[in-house]
Amino acid sequence: MQLDKATTTSHLPEVVEPRNPGLDLDMNWVRSAQANTSAIERRAGTIGTRRTVKKEYQAAWLLKAITMIDLTTLSGDDTENRVRRLCAKAAHPVRHDLLEALGVDAITTGAVCVYHDMIAAAVDALDGTGIPVAAVSTGFPGGLSPYHLRVAEIGESVKAGAREVDIVISRRHVLTGNWQALYDEMREFREACGEAHVKAILATGELGTLRNVARASVVCMMAGADFIKTSTGKESVNATLPVSLVMMRAIRDYHARTGFRVGYKPAGGISKAKDALTYLALVKEELGDDWLSPHLFRFGASSLLGDIERQLEHHVTGHYSAGYRHGMG
Amino acid sequence: MTIKEIFETMDYGTAPESAKEAEAWLDRHDRAFGLFIGGSWTKPNETFATKNPATGEELAQVTQAGGDDVDAAVRAARKAQPGWAKLSGHARARVLYAIARLIQKHSRLFSVLETMDNGKPIRESRDIDIPLVARHFYYHAGMAQLQDRELADREALGVAGQIIPWNFPLLMLAWKVAPAIAMGNTVVLKPAEYTSLTALLFAEICDEAGVPPGVVNIVTGDGEVGSAITAHEGIDKIAFTGSTEVGRIIRKATAGTGKSLTLELGGKSPYIVFDDADIDSAIEGLVDAIWFNQGQVCCAGSRLLVHEPIADVFYDKLKARMDKLRVGDPLDKSIDVGALVDPVQLDTVSSMVASGGGEGEVYQSPAKLPNAGCYYPPTLITGMHPAARLMQEEIFGPVLVSTTFRTPDEAVALANDTRYGLAATLWSENLNLALDVAPKLAAGVVWVNGTNMFDAAAGFGGVRESGFGREGGWEGLLAYTKPKVKETALKPTAAHPTPNNAKVDALDRTAKLYVGGKQARPDGGYSAPVWSKAGKLLGHASLANRKDVRNAVEAAAGAASWSKTTGHLRAQILYYLGENLSARSDEFASRINDLTGGRSGAKEVDLSIDRLFTYAAWADKYDSAAKPVPMRGVALAMNEPVGVIGAFCPDEHPLLGFISLVAPAIAMGNRVVAVASEPYPLAATDFYQVLETSDVPGGVVNILTGSHTELAPTLAGHLNVDAVWAHSGADISSLVEYESAGNLKRTWVNNAKTLDWTGPDGEGREFLAQSTEVKTVWVPYGE
Repeated sequence: MQLDKATTTSHLPEVVEPRNPGLDLDMNWVRSAQANTSAIERRAGTIGTRRTVKKEYQAAWLLKAITMIDLTTLSGDDTENRVRRLCAKAAHPVRHDLLEALGVDAITTGAVCVYHDMIAAAVDALDGTGIPVAAVSTGFPGGLSPYHLRVAEIGESVKAGAREVDIVISRRHVLTGNWQALYDEMREFREACGEAHVKAILATGELGTLRNVARASVVCMMAGADFIKTSTGKESVNATLPVSLVMMRAIRDYHARTGFRVGYKPAGGISKAKDALTYLALVKEELGDDWLSPHLFRFGASSLLGDIERQLEHHVTGHYSAGYRHGMG
Repeated sequence: MTIKEIFETMDYGTAPESAKEAEAWLDRHDRAFGLFIGGSWTKPNETFATKNPATGEELAQVTQAGGDDVDAAVRAARKAQPGWAKLSGHARARVLYAIARLIQKHSRLFSVLETMDNGKPIRESRDIDIPLVARHFYYHAGMAQLQDRELADREALGVAGQIIPWNFPLLMLAWKVAPAIAMGNTVVLKPAEYTSLTALLFAEICDEAGVPPGVVNIVTGDGEVGSAITAHEGIDKIAFTGSTEVGRIIRKATAGTGKSLTLELGGKSPYIVFDDADIDSAIEGLVDAIWFNQGQVCCAGSRLLVHEPIADVFYDKLKARMDKLRVGDPLDKSIDVGALVDPVQLDTVSSMVASGGGEGEVYQSPAKLPNAGCYYPPTLITGMHPAARLMQEEIFGPVLVSTTFRTPDEAVALANDTRYGLAATLWSENLNLALDVAPKLAAGVVWVNGTNMFDAAAGFGGVRESGFGREGGWEGLLAYTKPKVKETALKPTAAHPTPNNAKVDALDRTAKLYVGGKQARPDGGYSAPVWSKAGKLLGHASLANRKDVRNAVEAAAGAASWSKTTGHLRAQILYYLGENLSARSDEFASRINDLTGGRSGAKEVDLSIDRLFTYAAWADKYDSAAKPVPMRGVALAMNEPVGVIGAFCPDEHPLLGFISLVAPAIAMGNRVVAVASEPYPLAATDFYQVLETSDVPGGVVNILTGSHTELAPTLAGHLNVDAVWAHSGADISSLVEYESAGNLKRTWVNNAKTLDWTGPDGEGREFLAQSTEVKTVWVPYGE
């Protein structure tokens, strides 16, 4: 299904996707989802050796990667000023002399991702930049607070100005095979988001098997997730290539069957420019070029940007760079 | 393109691997190479060009070896062999270890050179071919180290002539050279005409690694050089990897020469996907199966069999995956499919698809092909019937043919509906299904939920017309060693002549043939008298003809369920045979004495019972192995019966000779067509009754009597016989080997020599190895 593309007035080359409305829970589909771990690891293990980008291609891909970063701070010691500093970095992620040398226009990160209490500061700091604020929600990261409070938290965050809400699913629904409960929960979260886009955090490091990841991905998409996301960043294992492959293939299947494109967000543990390039190659191969856009792909990362900046300076100058040469976030 | 533009298109661009070092290496040799004989280089003489198939550019001139050169190489190898074999295993291990280290040290040069000469993507030569080469030498350094203790009952063959193909030039060299020299053989190796360069670089490495002069000799050139090696009298063993057509020629050419032979030939390997498979992973597996090395892989999963419930979805997804394949410059690190090896190969593939593709629906990847060079698009042909030409014939290119199946049984039937039997792949998340189907597939290698996995520890090789012999693992060493047994020249054993004054008992005793568990009159209606030394008529023996061979093979083929029985059951039956023979030992002893005119009958019966017990013991103890391959998973080396074995029994021991061949064969689950001792046939025919009273199912053992020389061509040429053993007193080795070329059945011949059947040489592991094929079943696991 070919969808019409329309460019918005934003300075980003954005493509407006119709939102995934979801569909009824289809247990045949859920149960037929398979994931052969060894084969998936083989594919994931060779993507980085099958595809590589060099020179100006690498620079362009790294710039693209920056536009896909949900620049994130999710710490207990976050303050408003800390968040404002991060927002400033999101609006100016690359030194302007480097951008000039690379011959590209100004770019921004995909979003800034914070806890609920920091939304107001972030919205204020990002005013006029077009950068959305994403809020983690629903009792992040464990998702074990009272259910009605989790739903209410979404509403509060949207009211406070979050345009994207990263919810956490109840892992126990997956682990007990209660797919109906997972579906119902996700449906209600989605409704609570209203116009804000909802990213479903599966916390894949806690789901036990890749097969569970595949099934949870499908159920969340059926329940109307706009994005599916690997991790909170707080599990012991966060985004990995095998998990990403499973989730991307679930997204591809969902698109093939329904025509709706659901976004993907790996989060946690992606800190090197080279890793980002491997992820983008995997996206290009498994999902296609349509997904190489901040509307359908995000990195949940905090330190990735710094490494990319150093790589870009290396591209421009031919010399390896140092962290302190780039403004911190 | 500017960065700004690339930012929008997100294209890959190019990522070329530098050819600088490889070009410099070629330049250092003035782009002309001689032969590597006896540790030194000949001057480039009559030469031919070796080209880069991706560009058509000449890389270097390589010498076309002549007959004299092959002679010189064989002489050098002969001269070096005794000293090399006499070295301790440890001394040889050090040399192999040095080779492995040097290959790693020069790995990028080898990879780039391989890609330039062959056209395969640099990713493959860098990440697959060359690491496997190093691994093979490491592994076999260990085999050399262990040889003295673990293989004390075997010894080197001598000089091995090795002829290798162009699809994995250095890897096939490693598979041939490493086990050969590890075991104390010396080699004369001929790389393929299209791809000589890495073998020549390897020769340089040999020097550096301390390989003594003459241990490794490399002669380059076309098929004529291969013929000269094959025909050379100074060579003890031929190892060939290549086409089935050439394999057949080599089988005929070496027949009766006493050379041992292993062949690794073509394939049309099935790739089975069941409806419960991880479909996306199975599709990715196909990329590694048929689009690996441009499909120029003998074990490529080239015949896709898809379960009907998922066929439509599977084909749609497969086509989508094909659309993503990148075809182009093999030195580009982001290329999936490189160049075919030569314009000749490109023509072959193109014309096969052009003429045969119409039997199905052809889908080709839309990848943009470079303007020059030997490129062919990844191709899928669906809707093929098993009878379609392209379902039967090996294409050896990036072309996948496909049909669907309904049930697991039908999948097995379709998979096995081929003359080949190299490899098979199956995908299912159901362990029961996968482990049930794997043993049923006629193939030397089965991959479960994966494909094209190789390792030095795991045997690789085929059944049927995919050849015989294994490369890798302990089983691979059988191809480069022989048992230390005492052999003596075959002395013909003549039947006792018709006496002038015949003593004839009143009651007629005519032994019939034994076919399918029943006594059968010979088709021709002829029989011959059997006389004792003293001129007594012992009875008449039937003279079997070609139709009796046909009937016996049919009966043996029909008794296939014997191959699925448990070792425990077969052990019980073999013990029972011993018990029942024991009960009639006096009768058999006097029969043997009458037949041979000797007095050793009682001893021969005792030895026969002993031997039956030996194989009863082995029936449930010839263990399969789990190989420690470097992955999370297991590679099972399963000892499987060969199938139907035709056995010409030794003449001199009418009962013991028969038992010595039949017992190991049936212990391992084979069915046998045994041709009894020609001069003394009646001990074997008496044995019918023992078979009948011992619960041996009909068709498992079939016994013919008559002329070995007359029956040999029919039995050895029968296309439904899987192996022929010639331990006849008649010199039929040459005949048997020649006729076996029809379906490339494995042969075991005595080369006009005889063993001491009464001693330890007359039984044991060699007999078990001859009775089995090792099937390697790879099962990666993990949840």
